[in-house]
Amino acid sequence: MNKPSLTVSSSPHIHAKSDTASIMWSVSLALIPASLWGIYAFGLRSLLVLGVSILTALVCEFVLGRISKEDTLWDGSAFLTGLLVGMNMSPTVPLFIPFIASAFAIVVAKWTFGGLGANWINPALAGRVFVFFSFTTPMSSFKAPRALAAMVPDSLSSATPLSYAKTSISSGTLGMDTSALLSNGGYPTSSFADSVSSVTGFSAYSVDSFVGNVAGCIGEVSALLLLVGGIYLLIRKIITYHVPATYLLGTALLSWIFGGIPAGLGAFHGPFFSSMFSGGLMLGAIFMATDYVTSPITHKGQIIYGFGCAFFTFLFRFFGSMPEAVSVSILLMNIITPTIDRYVLPRKFGDTKEYRKQQKEAKV
Amino acid sequence: MQKVPTFSKGGVHPGDKKVFSRSQQIERLPLPAELVVSLSQHLGAPAKALKAKGDTVIRGEKIGEASGFISADVHSPVSGTIKEIRKVTLANSVCCDAYIITPDEQQTVEFAEKFDWESQTSASLLSQVKDMGIVGMGGATFPAHVKLSVPKDKSVDALVVNGVECEPYLTADYRIMMEKGEQALLGAMIAAKITDAKRIIIGIEMNKPDCIENLSKIAKENAYPIEIIGLQMKYPQGDEKQLLKATINREIPSGKLPLDVGAVVVNVGTCNAIYEAIVFHKPLFERVISVTGECIANPKNILAPIGTKISDLLAYCGGYSSTPEKLVSGGPMMGFSLFDVDTPMAKGSSGLLALPSKKAARSTACLNCGRCVAACPIGLMPAKLYRNIINGQYEEAMKISLMDCKECGCCSYVCPAHLPLVHTMKTGKKLGRKKK
Repeated sequence: MNKPSLTVSSSPHIHAKSDTASIMWSVSLALIPASLWGIYAFGLRSLLVLGVSILTALVCEFVLGRISKEDTLWDGSAFLTGLLVGMNMSPTVPLFIPFIASAFAIVVAKWTFGGLGANWINPALAGRVFVFFSFTTPMSSFKAPRALAAMVPDSLSSATPLSYAKTSISSGTLGMDTSALLSNGGYPTSSFADSVSSVTGFSAYSVDSFVGNVAGCIGEVSALLLLVGGIYLLIRKIITYHVPATYLLGTALLSWIFGGIPAGLGAFHGPFFSSMFSGGLMLGAIFMATDYVTSPITHKGQIIYGFGCAFFTFLFRFFGSMPEAVSVSILLMNIITPTIDRYVLPRKFGDTKEYRKQQKEAKV
Repeated sequence: MQKVPTFSKGGVHPGDKKVFSRSQQIERLPLPAELVVSLSQHLGAPAKALKAKGDTVIRGEKIGEASGFISADVHSPVSGTIKEIRKVTLANSVCCDAYIITPDEQQTVEFAEKFDWESQTSASLLSQVKDMGIVGMGGATFPAHVKLSVPKDKSVDALVVNGVECEPYLTADYRIMMEKGEQALLGAMIAAKITDAKRIIIGIEMNKPDCIENLSKIAKENAYPIEIIGLQMKYPQGDEKQLLKATINREIPSGKLPLDVGAVVVNVGTCNAIYEAIVFHKPLFERVISVTGECIANPKNILAPIGTKISDLLAYCGGYSSTPEKLVSGGPMMGFSLFDVDTPMAKGSSGLLALPSKKAARSTACLNCGRCVAACPIGLMPAKLYRNIINGQYEEAMKISLMDCKECGCCSYVCPAHLPLVHTMKTGKKLGRKKK
């Protein structure tokens, strides 16, 4: 009998079909619909912004990989970080900004701590927040989406619905909910949203922000397509529902209960659905807060983390002065993650209530 | 609709791959030219050699004597001559003394006479189980007489028979349930008599509906007081902790035994062996082994004498159909990879797999994805343990229950970073013990 050369290794000898690279590329794939929408809504310049951020991320990863003698370029993590950075940029930013953001993300947030798996904050968010606080004006001037471009008065063209509503409230316009504020200020809605609104009764502003006909960052405007990507990841079992569900529902609940207070509407009059679809929440909850490396390892911990993100997002949105609610909330919770992982442990098999009681009695 | 029971925490779903050898009836292996019968075929202290080089032995004769409380007798699987006694390395990397036996051409000893068991006392049944060298045949090879002797301060109300065979590929237990169902059920009743258990429950996964049907039929026809429960397919349901949770919803706390929750778990193959030991007075010297896998030409379920060399089993199955990358003794999740085709099979060898080569996935850094934590049926944090062990922090690892790890392989199976988690746990346990 022929004698093959046998491999000897520890059990198990079979493995589930998944690896780091396939996960990273699948997440990137899930982001493509929302990115394409951004390119459609804001024009080809968005593609340029995405291209610069992705390329920068890949180049930085390649160089740092060479220096530390690790070949990590094709595990997809750098591509994903670059894509997320680009999706978090306003379509009108000067191109040096995505360059700096991506470089900061890969070099400072990721590699100074040891590369993939060792970073303690989400690199893409770190990059975004870094450039936001460095170049606040270009980072917070936006462009009206294609569907509204002809209708938006110049004075409003660079405001997102969230920032517009906030400015109105802080300037003393009270007693109106978000859509009333927007229509009062002459903020337009798309004809598509008007017709949906007349059939379903949802406010046209909510419909527009769900579909993606709002000013905002390239990748964050279409809640619908982000949701599609999220469902794909759930089906592929790449993410679990724990973080996105607690984050989205937590924010919606808190916004509904307390969100009406700053606008003078009282409790239980805040926005519920539109709070989930507006701003960067959908992108943040599905794709950023779920980042494996910087979120808790146990499901219990992930639920705490999701609610923490929701709480801070609500706080910054309704009571903060800066428009960076989602990014800063997730970064804050990233910092708390090691603590959560230290104290929130899975229940050990056999550690039932009765057994604990027995143990206690035995001690007494 | 009633929910199909299973254990609740963790677990994985590898494809069952039983198709290769599932429909192959048990065949008796023609007598090999030479047998390597080791003295350590069970958990615990190796047996003491009773024979010397040149001695003749008879089929079923005791040739090794249990050398401690947790130890078991070893019997000769053939009549023949002891050519020599030398050290061999077994599948699980244990190195111990073994008899090299040359069988006689004529084998005359048969175990055909039937003895009555119902009239015997449980003490005499138990001593026979000990004398026949019965060990757990699911793979752990824990001596059966130790498992079945219930201490005075404890009582057993449920005897749970493990017909789960949750390891992919393996079909030995499946064939026993199909072909020797009645023997296995009677064996379970003998075990229940020894332990004084009131209930007998058999757990079988739903990928073996024909076994459930067959055993239910036999139990019904003969009015055996046995419950047969179909379980959802999930690995590692064949572990006694998970099986007890799935069948009778009891959880064994860390460091405790099934006895502590009033139960005893016996494998269905062991039940068959117990039956043969008591009724035919036949010691455990042969067993059913599945020789299967993508690279085996004709996968089979073989009744082979203990001590058969792997190479003889392979030859009987027509050799390889394609070049294997790994030979595995046992199942693919917990089995041991072999480096030598002359390694002998033992009482715990439930399978021999020839697995094809796969593109080796590179390990990347831990992503903290939490899949290992979700998959661990015991509720450990494999990623954290891994970090502790590779950094040499054995005490920290022991503090977060490293010793409760039973190396089932779920964490390694799901790890997208392809980290050698089980390997590290094994190393960590060894080094951690040493440090203490």
